[in-house]
Amino acid sequence: MTTVEERRAADEAVEERLAPAWEESGGIRGWFTTVDHKKIGRRYMVTAAFFFVAAGLEAMVMRTQLAGARLDVVSPELYNQLFTLHGTTMIFFFSTPMLFGFGNYLMPLMIGARDMAFPRLNAFGYWVFAAAGLLMTGSLLFGAAPNGGWFAYVPLNEEQYLPGVGMDVYCLGLLLLGISTTGGAINFIVTALTMRAPGMSLNRVPLFVWAVVVQSFMIVFALPPLNVANLFLFLDRRYGFHFFDPSEGGDPILWQHLFWLFGHPDVYIIVLPALGIVSAIVPTFSRRPLAAYPLVVLATVTTGVISFGVWVHHMFATGLPQLSLSFFSAASLIVTVPSGIQVFSWLITIMLGRLVVRTPMLWVLGFLVVFVAGGVTGVMFAVVPFDQQTTDSYFVVAHFHYVLFGGAVFPIIAGIYYWFGKFTGRMLSERLGRWSFWVVFAGFNVTFFPMHVLGLLGMPRRVYTYEPELGWAGWNLVETIGAYVLLVGLSLILYDIVRALRRGPAAPDNPWGGETLEWATTSPPKEYNFPVVPTVHSLHPMWDEKSLASMARDRDDDERTLTDGKQALRTSDLDGVPEHPVALPRESVLPLVVALGLAAPTFALVLGAPLVAAVSALLLPAGLFVWHWPRAARQEAEAARSRDAAPAGADA
Amino acid sequence: MHRFPSSRTSRGGRGGRAGALLLLAVTALTSCSGPQSALDSGGPSARRLATLWWALFAVSAVVWLVVVLCVVWAVVRRRGGEVEPRSGGTRTVVVAGIVVPTLVLVGTFVGTVSVMRAEAEPPTEPALTVEVIGHLWWWEVRYPDFVTANELHIPVGRSVQVELRTADVIHSFWVPSLTSKVDLIPNQDNELWLHADEAGEYRGQCAEFCGAQHAGMSFLVIAEPADEFDDWLADQARPAETPTDPLAVRGREVMESQSCAACHTVRGTDADGDIGPDLTHFGSRRTLGAGVAPNEPGWLGGWISNSQTIKPGNLMPPQPLDPVDLNALIAYLETLE
Repeated sequence: MTTVEERRAADEAVEERLAPAWEESGGIRGWFTTVDHKKIGRRYMVTAAFFFVAAGLEAMVMRTQLAGARLDVVSPELYNQLFTLHGTTMIFFFSTPMLFGFGNYLMPLMIGARDMAFPRLNAFGYWVFAAAGLLMTGSLLFGAAPNGGWFAYVPLNEEQYLPGVGMDVYCLGLLLLGISTTGGAINFIVTALTMRAPGMSLNRVPLFVWAVVVQSFMIVFALPPLNVANLFLFLDRRYGFHFFDPSEGGDPILWQHLFWLFGHPDVYIIVLPALGIVSAIVPTFSRRPLAAYPLVVLATVTTGVISFGVWVHHMFATGLPQLSLSFFSAASLIVTVPSGIQVFSWLITIMLGRLVVRTPMLWVLGFLVVFVAGGVTGVMFAVVPFDQQTTDSYFVVAHFHYVLFGGAVFPIIAGIYYWFGKFTGRMLSERLGRWSFWVVFAGFNVTFFPMHVLGLLGMPRRVYTYEPELGWAGWNLVETIGAYVLLVGLSLILYDIVRALRRGPAAPDNPWGGETLEWATTSPPKEYNFPVVPTVHSLHPMWDEKSLASMARDRDDDERTLTDGKQALRTSDLDGVPEHPVALPRESVLPLVVALGLAAPTFALVLGAPLVAAVSALLLPAGLFVWHWPRAARQEAEAARSRDAAPAGADA
Repeated sequence: MHRFPSSRTSRGGRGGRAGALLLLAVTALTSCSGPQSALDSGGPSARRLATLWWALFAVSAVVWLVVVLCVVWAVVRRRGGEVEPRSGGTRTVVVAGIVVPTLVLVGTFVGTVSVMRAEAEPPTEPALTVEVIGHLWWWEVRYPDFVTANELHIPVGRSVQVELRTADVIHSFWVPSLTSKVDLIPNQDNELWLHADEAGEYRGQCAEFCGAQHAGMSFLVIAEPADEFDDWLADQARPAETPTDPLAVRGREVMESQSCAACHTVRGTDADGDIGPDLTHFGSRRTLGAGVAPNEPGWLGGWISNSQTIKPGNLMPPQPLDPVDLNALIAYLETLE
């Protein structure tokens, strides 16, 4: 029997040898130089939460404007900025970065690694994301926010129809963000394939990690069409190109294909990791491993593949030939099967297991109820004639809020309650958690359910007002009341978080009895996560004696403690066989400098100062030059020398 | 091994909530009428689509209820306890998560294709073809012999072919009580057919976001018995009548001499602008500014003086006429029946 005390003793023995190599600067300096995946992960989450609050408040203004017929709370122009920014922020600057935060924090912990494969790239990604988000959200303060809708259809979004910098902010902000997201995705893929603990073959990888890897592959393939589209649009707007200008032979439908070829996979880019959170929480509170793990893995991968073949269902009303419509209808129906597999895997697990309902699980149960409601209306949109009737109406607005708020925000909140102890060392309150759940659950349904009805009553989306005789005012008022209830519920969570950070009870290492490796670390984890790199013998190492024992037993094994500098263990991609230690980079200000080399020219371009852009862009090659200067090579050589010199060298 | 205490708070509740939600859903949807409602069908297409909706709703409700019942069952029977590191349940997942959904989806696809086929052809040979051209933010409606705006008249019981084009950005033509929507796309010729069984006014609205006044871009489809429709066609084809009332005569002079004529056409006068809506039979229309106000003298005066207060952002600049000219112009426009 391995006790927690035994592992603690082992940890302490190794700790003093590890600490010096892993320590980072504190204070202001550390703020700009950290490369620790946990700090970066937390930053992603806090920054994304900030954007969530901003976009949520934008929605509150919209709901207030729509509370009655012909109200005059905001002007049409401001309303158009609000809904464009709300959608763009929620999709690009909240959902994905928030889940990147979870991925960043949890992936190395779940696979028994000490950090991400490329810690500096990780820091760089965060800075670029923060700059792009600042540009996008900040533009509202100057009344210059994007105002052409989050999918920016052309020719409306050409300069001729929407002059001003709003849509330039959109194009450049998303291009900037795309660099960050792509870098982050590559980092996730490499980390998951090369840094897993010994013994963690692919069939022992936690589902959350699988989900993040599939998400990352999808990002790598889905972002290029979006980036190309945004570059084309920017060139059209600023430099007189005609990619999408119909009067000069440009093609407005090309934009739609490029955008949705990214846009539909993006739904799964957001939802898959959120479902991964659900798959992490369900077994813990069912006291039983997830049913049909291999099927769920296959379902995750299949979703990633099929989702690239369904984009045309966003274009069913554009007058494409019937035959193509029926193909995309079939594909859009098929893509729901993998989601069905996941739903029934969770249901079977909670029904067969010994269910315990704590706050994280309560959110997951609520998620099941609302996500399935969004799923069945999703199937409806694969039915071409029904789609043609209800697309671009409030029925669609209802559908995607059930899918995205239900399918991503509910799991994200579940995840916050589940891992808060690990993230911060403090526990959130069960009582406040339950209260906030029921208030949010009620507010959510009262806000978004009537939108189905309004869509069927003929209310188009994106209208800043409506006529009294249409009979929409009652339902709209109900929705607005629901939105304020939702606001109260979400504020309760924020209050709980602030309260817990100040005086919450200390978190145990494994408060819920979870199955995966993050629970083997202290709460919060040390800089190096695992003093002794664990050896994994099953899919649920924390429920399995042999895996637990490895962390105490191997404390004298240099190949598992890796105390010779800042090192992580490279293992083989399929079977997790240990190969050799790799040296990880120390803290550095270079990621920030290089990120500035991208952000400064972008801001300058938006403000119409190409000269400033050109000059500040020099920071980019300069920063990269220093980043890659042989000093790094020298460090590696030193690491290699000391590796060879070590008595039990990993290469031996 | 970690021992988990069973927690038993928040007993029940979920079942009742689910029932209440369903009840809310059913009561909400069975009273779905309104001038622009998709479930208040005025013709065969909308009726078919409403039936399709109720079928989809029924299947969806069953699926959702099964899931909710599973959740409720698990919560009610929960017992907590130690971890059981057993797997199992794969076969159930295969049946419930793959086999059954696949069968349901195949059925859905068959239904989809059959409704698509039915929607492709109008019930009768089209009686006439009308061209609708989307503008920022109004609808130009071209009949074979004349041009009007924001109002489409069709004969009851006969199909009408509608050709959809745009003068600027993408719009979408949607009359939910008659049929589903089709986009108006630059350099592209789209079409749909309309067919109303009952006489009446069916409201439509632009469904694709098109800028500042996307919300202020509605229109009416007016289905009339064949003889009334023929009269309407004949009336609309005539040029504007010459006014006799002195005020209206002065109004016509204002119309022709001021900036009105640069953008608007009134057939039979010198006004032949082609930027704004054709006003030849403006007095016969029910609304102003693509449905943002009723066509009444008070609103009309406000619209002409400064339409920006009624429809902010629209492309008609304020017309600072002196009060006498304004009254004359209103009087003249009202005569254009």
